[in-house]
Order: sequence, then structure tokens, then C-alpha cells
Amino acid sequence: MHRGKGMKFVGDSRVPATREKFIPKDYSEYPGKTEPFWPNFLLKEWLVGAVFLIGFLTLTIVAPSPLEKEADPTDAAYIPLPDWYFLFLYQFLKYDFASGDYVVIGTVVIPGLAFGALLLAPFLDKGKGRRPHQRPIAVSMMLIGVISIIWLTYEAVAHVNWEERAEMGKIVEEVEIDQTDPGYEIYSNQSCINCHGGNLEGSPAGPTLVGTGLTADEIADIAVNGVGGMPAGQFNGSDEELQQLAEFIASYSEEGGH
Amino acid sequence: MIQKLYDWIDERVNITPLWRDIADHEVPEHVNPAHHFSAFVYCFGGLTFFVVVIQVLSGMFLTMYYVPDIENAWDSVKYLQTQVAHGQIVRGMHHWGASVVIVMMFLHTLRVFFQGAYKKPRELNWIVGVLIFFVMLGLGFTGYLLPWDNKAFFATQVGLQIAESVPYIGEHLKVLLAGDPEIVGAQTLTRFFAIHVFFLPAALFALMAVHFVLIRRQGISGPL
Repeated sequence: MHRGKGMKFVGDSRVPATREKFIPKDYSEYPGKTEPFWPNFLLKEWLVGAVFLIGFLTLTIVAPSPLEKEADPTDAAYIPLPDWYFLFLYQFLKYDFASGDYVVIGTVVIPGLAFGALLLAPFLDKGKGRRPHQRPIAVSMMLIGVISIIWLTYEAVAHVNWEERAEMGKIVEEVEIDQTDPGYEIYSNQSCINCHGGNLEGSPAGPTLVGTGLTADEIADIAVNGVGGMPAGQFNGSDEELQQLAEFIASYSEEGGH
Repeated sequence: MIQKLYDWIDERVNITPLWRDIADHEVPEHVNPAHHFSAFVYCFGGLTFFVVVIQVLSGMFLTMYYVPDIENAWDSVKYLQTQVAHGQIVRGMHHWGASVVIVMMFLHTLRVFFQGAYKKPRELNWIVGVLIFFVMLGLGFTGYLLPWDNKAFFATQVGLQIAESVPYIGEHLKVLLAGDPEIVGAQTLTRFFAIHVFFLPAALFALMAVHFVLIRRQGISGPL
């Protein structure tokens, strides 16, 4: 390369006398019709952008962005989950060869190789041909990469119990619980309080009882017969106590939550 | 009036070459979807930029309400989400935009890759593009913590464990990000906020500027 002393320029300009630099083709050398960017093409781009924006705004209105309950570092039962575009890595780290003693393979070696190859692709795939069939190795590596990312993401999504997660993350409104109510005494003497909490707020073992939308009769039925993961026979008392308990819990079933 | 203003400025600073850099050029047929519908694949880069603009604007408005502090972060987001007029939409744009930008960037990367458009002389622009991809993933990772809900907190804890597993520098990396070798807390939130709002956007803008300058210097790659 010429630089410094031996370099020749055209006249007193900065233009070198011998140009070996890459100069892009003039678009008139490409086949077909060109179009001025301003204003013709920009108008079309504007239209595409407007349609895209309408679709995007519809998405934001139809699906409000989620917010779970405030971070609680003591919540040991919470199962972490990253945003969807990191799920492939999250799933990859579950496999035996990429976790435990070999975690460095999962966190550094494999992702490093994959993203390093992506970064340096132009220097690994140096052939002249641009068409996919002229560079089978590069194209098949990329296809393998894309398919594995899609597969890993699918595997991660399939293993998540989304309903349970929604329940786990639900924001619970703080409700003033009347602890002098005779129903509350029954609530704490029976085993209810162990799973559903001192303020009916729920725990990892049982959901909140605030804002369930259930009637007193339905609650009485659940207390005796169980529901979902709650076994039957949790309530051992008189019918009168059961009635008091159900009415006490039902009085909070319309509040907060929903 | 506008013409006069333009002339006044042009006479002094000669802005016409700038105008040519930005807008005065021809669009070749092979990238124009009006001629070949399949050329819509060339839109992904532009749409990525469009979503980035949405992210920047919505993010600026979010910081008018957001408080990067563990006592108030979650409450400020909840207030924005439920009380502020259109707050839900602005936060929704930022939340969904984060996903859409990843999708668009992924499609743009695949277009460039399968067309072999990164070959000489465009190697440098490919590298800049992949760096933009990394910065975007970093923005996604740091932004995920900011609402300070359970999902954010525990995902970040896992992310920091991953950083910690890096040999030799892992511990330092974790302390740099979290502010403490053990605790994910107040320091972590302010650091992630700073990284999300100042450091990474600065890197993003610089890389995007290089990306666009290189496109204008080298032109769009020719038809296959």
C-alpha cells in the first residue's frame, strides 16, 4: 500500500493518482428502473411504516404489557424465566453437558463459538459467489443455528406451565382483613391459614382468597371437597362453622384482584 | 420562505452535499417492492430502525415517570400503567417494541446473510451490524429488570449467575453489573438503569451512525 512519501496525488488535491479503491457500481448499471429516493420511494416507505405502526399499536392495545407483583427476594418458590429471546440459552443450560461442572461450555464456549462465527462470517465465508448454493457450508451452518434456536425456544416454552406462572405472578391487592370476625377465628384454627396466609393473600402452597369471585356455597364446597391441588377433607368442623367460614371468605371474593 | 431560509444557510455552510448524502440518490429496481414484491425483504432493516425510533421516544417518555429505586420502581411502573393517561400504551409500545425490534433485526440479519451481502467490500458493515445485535440483546437484558417485579428480579439473578460462570473475569463482571458480589438489590437496579438508559444507547447510536454512513458510502449490494 502506498502511504506517506511515495504517494502521488492528482494536482494539489487529496485524490490519489492511482485509485485502487473499491468504487460502488453506479445504479444505472443495475438492470431495470431506478427510482429517486426523494420523494417517490420515501412516500412508499412512509406508507409501509404507517401500516406497520397501526399493526404495532393494535398489538399494544390488545395485549397490555404485563406487570407481576413487586420483586420479593424471599419468594423461594418462584421459578425464574427470561424474556422469550433468551429462552434458547435458558433451555440450553438445562442439558447435562452444558450445566453443573460443564456450565462453562453452556455459558461461554458454545455461545462464544456461535456468536463469534456470526461476527466473523465474512472472513470465514470468503468465496466470491453470493448465491446460497455457491456457499453450502456457510448456509448450512446458519440453517443449523437458526433451527436449533427455534427448537430450543420451543422446548423451553413447552416446559413452562403458563397458567401456574400467571397465578404465581398475579398482583394481590392488600385488603384490610377483619381479624375479629368469628369467621377469621375458624379460618386460623382450621388449616386454611397455613396455605392461604394470614391476610388471605395466598402463598406458594395456595392461591389468594381475595377477589376469587366465588359465592359462599362454592367456597364451602371447596373447603370440604378440595379443588385443583387442594385435597378434600381440609375442613373438620360443624356445619355452622363451615357456613361462618364460607361467608367470611366470600365477603372478600368481590374485592381487588380482578 | 423556506427556500429563502435554505439559501441563507446554504450560502454560508454549503449544505447541499449533506442533502445528497441523506436523500438525493436513486433506489435501484431490485430493492424496490413496487417492482418485485419479493423485495420486501429489504424492508426489515428500515423497519428495525423505525422500531428503534419508537423505542427511543417511548423510553424518553417512560423516564418521566419511572424511578430507579427499589422502593419506588415497581410502584412508579404500576402508577404509569394504571393511572397515567395513555401510560399503558406508551409502556406497551416500549415493552412490545423490545420484542419486535429483535424479530426485525433477526430477519434483517438472515436477509443479509442468505444473500451473501456481507461479502467484500461490506465485511465491516456486517461486523458493525452484529455488534448492534449484541447491544440490542444487552438493552433487552437490562430493561427486563427495571419494572422490579418478581419476573424481572429472578431472571436477572439467573443472568448474573451466567455472567459469574465466565472463567477468570466472571466475578468482576458480576460485581460490575450488580454492584455487589452477593446482593441483587438497590445497586443492581441503578446500575442496570444507567446501562440501559445511558451506556448502551450511546453505543447503539454510534454503531448505527457507522452502519448508515457505510451504507451510503458503499451503496446497496447488487442483485443476486
